[in-house]
Amino acid sequence: MTERLAPADDRVPAIPPLFRLQWEDAQQSYVLLFPEGMIKLNRSGGEILRRCDGRLTQGAVIAELNTAFAQDVGADVRAFLALATDKGWVTWRPAGATP
Amino acid sequence: MSTQATPATITPPLWLLAELTYTCPLHCVFCSNPVDFATHRNELSTDEWIRVLTEARALGAVQLGFSGGEPLTRDDLETLVAEARRLGYYSNLITSGVGLTEARIRRLKDAGLDHIQLSFQDSTRELNDFLSHTRTFDLKRRTAALIRAHGFPMVLNCVIHRLNIDHIGRIIDLAVEIGAEYLELANAQYYGWALLNRDHLIPTREQVATAQDVVARARERIGDKLRILLVIPDYFERRPKRCMNGWGSVFLTVCPDGTALPCQAARVLPDMQYPSVRRSSVREIWYESSAFNRFRGDDWMTEPCRSCPEKQMDLGGCRCQAYLLTGNANAADPVCDKSPQHGIVTAAVAAGGTSPPGRPLIFRTPDESRRLAATPPPIGSGVS
Ligand code: SF4
Ligand code: SF4
Repeated sequence: MTERLAPADDRVPAIPPLFRLQWEDAQQSYVLLFPEGMIKLNRSGGEILRRCDGRLTQGAVIAELNTAFAQDVGADVRAFLALATDKGWVTWRPAGATP
Repeated sequence: MSTQATPATITPPLWLLAELTYTCPLHCVFCSNPVDFATHRNELSTDEWIRVLTEARALGAVQLGFSGGEPLTRDDLETLVAEARRLGYYSNLITSGVGLTEARIRRLKDAGLDHIQLSFQDSTRELNDFLSHTRTFDLKRRTAALIRAHGFPMVLNCVIHRLNIDHIGRIIDLAVEIGAEYLELANAQYYGWALLNRDHLIPTREQVATAQDVVARARERIGDKLRILLVIPDYFERRPKRCMNGWGSVFLTVCPDGTALPCQAARVLPDMQYPSVRRSSVREIWYESSAFNRFRGDDWMTEPCRSCPEKQMDLGGCRCQAYLLTGNANAADPVCDKSPQHGIVTAAVAAGGTSPPGRPLIFRTPDESRRLAATPPPIGSGVS
């Protein structure tokens, strides 16, 4: 079961099947593709969303990005994922539940 | 060359519309295919389409629509879908649903099709019976269930016009019931067959207002499990739309015979030499052809657009509409109330609700198409 709830660090974000995330050379960015549209992501948006693979918890995503960016990006990640949840780009499930 | 012209910067094509065929089992009165479609023969082969897909993808195209006509009438559709997936497109099948069998949808899924846009049309002449015509209704429902069962995201598309706009509430209920993710309620755009039939199709102002109201209330009730898009005819606006986000800026349409167009409707423009994928590469077509450069930037504009402070917003509107209504492809889209020909649009709106006596609806059949190709209707205020 997936749900759309407020993001929490022990929950697992994933991109729902309606969307596809992919790297576009021509645009030098990640894009999120969905019926009738496409969103070009900035660098941090792309780095966050490509970790929303249905396995990492939000906490684990933050930990990876803290390392990658060599600073504490927790607040930014939580804010971005809250927005992404609103837009329907990510859904959530409890850690340990099967996708 | 004018000194104040903004040089055109050419951005890569992002959307490719592959019109695989003009063959279609339906005869919609609002079809956007060219009126003389029956005289276009000579469809591209599978290999030619694969080359088009490959070249457009290399330029950056990523959204891909397979349309027509009815694309399911091509038996190489699965092959093309598989190739599109391999190349990294996000692909969409735009279909009437006729011919979408269980076996076919399974093969399309396996080939990697991303989503399906199911159009609601009515193939019958009893258009006012729009949704109650049980045979069509049941076919669409069965098809929708099939689309769901195979896990495809579903966009339901319904072309709205005077004869069905009062049913919008029922159409929304139906979309919820069959589990669509998106519902597009797009008013008929008055090109092709819809322009021929415009006086029958254009809704009244009251109908448009009611429809907007019904949609607003439905959005509140349903929330975001169904996203509803309502596009009202631009005849009701005071500014034209930024057509195709600009000529040759994002969209590339390839017609069944390989003709490349910046927009599906663009074939109507006079004195245009549209390039063909049979003779040029997609790169040459997009960057170098005179047709794709024709309305890039703003050097082509005439007054009132040329000196208009809003010209970067709407880019002067739709070239096809400007030509079809004024006879001049460089004119301001007469939807704009700054256009000296805006009266053509207000007259058509004012006449809305009164079907012209003695002029029946014209159905998109091959016979009508051949008849109309032999005697094209005059340019100007639609058809007379
Ligand atoms: S609009 Fe109707 S007639 Fe035209 S291609 Fe689509 S289904 Fe066929
Ligand atoms: S005059 Fe031309 S550019 Fe200005 S708003 Fe009207 S259509 Fe757009």
